[in-house]
Amino acid sequence: MKKKLLSLLLATMMILGLLAGCSKSGEETSTDPEKAPVENGTEDAKQGNDSKEEAVEVNEGKVFNIYCWNTEFQDRVKAYYPGYTDNGDGTGKIGDIAVNWVITPSDDNAYQNALDAALLAQADAADDEKVDLFLIEADYALKYINTDYAMDVEEIGLTADDMKDQYQYTKDIVTDSNGKIRGTTWQATPGLFAYRRSIANDVLGTDDPAEVQKRISNWDDFNAVAEEMKSKGYTMLSGYDDAYRTFSNNVAGPWVQDGKVIVDDNLMKWVDQTKEFTDKGYNNKTSLWSDGWAKDQGPDGKTFGFFYSTWGINFTLMGYSLADSDAEATVGNGIYGDWAVTEGPAPFYWGGTWICAATGTDNPSLVKDIMYTLTCDADTMKKITQETQDYTNNQKAMEEIANSDFQSEFLGGQNHIALFASAAPKIDMSNISPYDQGCNEEFQSAFKDYFDGNVTKEDALQNFYDNIVIKYPELTY
Amino acid sequence: MIKKKTSCIKYTKWGYIFLIPFFLVYTVFSLIPLISTFYNSFFENYMSGLTQVGPNFVGLANYNGLFENTNLLKFTQNTLIMWLMGFIPQICVSLLLAAWFTNIRLKIRGKQFFKVIIYMPNLIMAAAFSMLFFAIFSDIGPINDLLMRLGILDEPFRFLSSVGGTRGLVALMNFLMWFGNTTILLMAGMMGIDVSLFEAAEVDGAKAFEIFRMITMPLLRPIFIYVLITSLIGGIQMFDVPQILTNGSGSPNNSSMTLIMYLNKHLYSKNYGMAGALSVILFICTAVLSLLIYFKFTKKEN
Repeated sequence: MKKKLLSLLLATMMILGLLAGCSKSGEETSTDPEKAPVENGTEDAKQGNDSKEEAVEVNEGKVFNIYCWNTEFQDRVKAYYPGYTDNGDGTGKIGDIAVNWVITPSDDNAYQNALDAALLAQADAADDEKVDLFLIEADYALKYINTDYAMDVEEIGLTADDMKDQYQYTKDIVTDSNGKIRGTTWQATPGLFAYRRSIANDVLGTDDPAEVQKRISNWDDFNAVAEEMKSKGYTMLSGYDDAYRTFSNNVAGPWVQDGKVIVDDNLMKWVDQTKEFTDKGYNNKTSLWSDGWAKDQGPDGKTFGFFYSTWGINFTLMGYSLADSDAEATVGNGIYGDWAVTEGPAPFYWGGTWICAATGTDNPSLVKDIMYTLTCDADTMKKITQETQDYTNNQKAMEEIANSDFQSEFLGGQNHIALFASAAPKIDMSNISPYDQGCNEEFQSAFKDYFDGNVTKEDALQNFYDNIVIKYPELTY
Repeated sequence: MIKKKTSCIKYTKWGYIFLIPFFLVYTVFSLIPLISTFYNSFFENYMSGLTQVGPNFVGLANYNGLFENTNLLKFTQNTLIMWLMGFIPQICVSLLLAAWFTNIRLKIRGKQFFKVIIYMPNLIMAAAFSMLFFAIFSDIGPINDLLMRLGILDEPFRFLSSVGGTRGLVALMNFLMWFGNTTILLMAGMMGIDVSLFEAAEVDGAKAFEIFRMITMPLLRPIFIYVLITSLIGGIQMFDVPQILTNGSGSPNNSSMTLIMYLNKHLYSKNYGMAGALSVILFICTAVLSLLIYFKFTKKEN
């Protein structure tokens, strides 16, 4: 009998052990003792000598969760949010509050999947697990802005007066159908054409941005310069998608109208131009973010220029330009200093990151303070621009820098802020839709086959339609 | 505590008790999901942004949607073509290696070492393996560099922009990853064959190939069928290698898009209805193909 009992016990344990495996694994993130929830309202928690402490309500949550897809915002917070201390392991602290960065790369929509899951579970999540702040991009901003998952910034405590110097378009894009602003950003992202000074000198005989702009101010001239580049052994652009935004931002209507996917004529112009560039050898047949595209921006690149946006200068181009990425970024390292920027043939914008307060956050005053400091405070924003070359979202501060003797060493002494200051107010965001990201990606991907010569234009268009209705089953074409 | 009837001890129930964990796990993780897949396939159920649409009962609409356009057929073809491109060389090489390794006359040295080596690629995560191939076969990658330096090519061959190149790479990866595993399985089968049969054949003057054809292959049949069916099921479920290699696009022109990649695309919008319908179709295809192969190859024995 004893034996029997023992075996029964063992068998039960085995089964229980197996079942235990299925029990909830929801509490994954905070095993770190530092992040362990501290009981609210204890005396220790209240006592902080950090100045930030006073701005933050003591009764608020002890864990601050930020959802984002790369380290761009993290770098900004690290460098420009007073009171933030980095733990060196991807987490940080603001006073007593542990900052938990939940970084999921955008590839394959992984970021939005993770964010959606977290937001949908927000109401039932424990306080320390709730999303406090999340980041969104222009291409899919409306998906979140037209919902209640992103908080009205006025509710958080940002006033219209706080945001008066922000560019209007940066507010338009995050304004919901009732006129409420549900996000805010530290950057404005007018588009630009970044080109190599040395190549401009060789082919066009000048590297002055104003002169170069004259040569490429419309598409016909742009194509003519491409021909000249080719004859000297350079390529005008690197790949298929480079010019895409200059066309897709100048369309007559949004991607989706009344539940129907509409391919704008201007997008077909991009298709035709890119096909011509490909067949004539004006590009290197690369794709955005591919290794070949990155290499073309480096010291061995033979590509004249890249359509970029403001963030591209500091976040992308500068990194790729260096011959030795470990050495200091300065003139002499790779092609640092060999770049210049100009408007290019058509105005456009590209990207931009907005920060939103998640409904249900248990740290509203910290959210407000971060939003205010990084997106409304003129001094902070001026500092960001001066130190990182990023173009920040404060008209007054930017105009001040535009009119100063500010020079970018990376851009060979150019004051690119002056260029952006004139371009940024012109940005028009009226044709965005919640489906932009999916449509842009599928369109570029479908027509890659056409540029490669694998399919006809009609087939590529059909492939695009087929793919887009899989992505968004509610749409038709 | 003393029992009266101790005449016969039954162990059967222990067998059942120890089977409980398996059946529990199987029910929770396989059977219930399988049934709910069938159930889900009759509903319209997806996310539009952050808004849930459905579930609304739509009958066979999802199945109609799948059969309406020719893509399903095309993706099935892709899957089978890429599987065959990998499987045919795989089974040939594996048979040859297994025959060599088990041949007592050849006395190959370091057998154990080679067994480990050929099995190695299977230990790498498929995703990592594909990332590696993606990098080395890229337009400016080391393979193109090498081919150009050797003077074989004048300009880079764009592997991932050509249908043959992409499918070839997928097949090559599957081949490299699985031939070791297949070899080990076939060896196990061959070692189970009575050595005296080989000796008898040799005494009768059979040549190596004749022995292989007349003795090894017929006796290997059960294991061979097992290998074929598992590989076929694995092939139909091919996903990670082409997914990572083409970044989910199945490019060029959807020619490397497999059925499971197609399924995965429906999950972008959490479209459980369509994905469910596709899964059911896959389930039926897999079952039919497996049964077909099974009966075709086992017919003779009965």
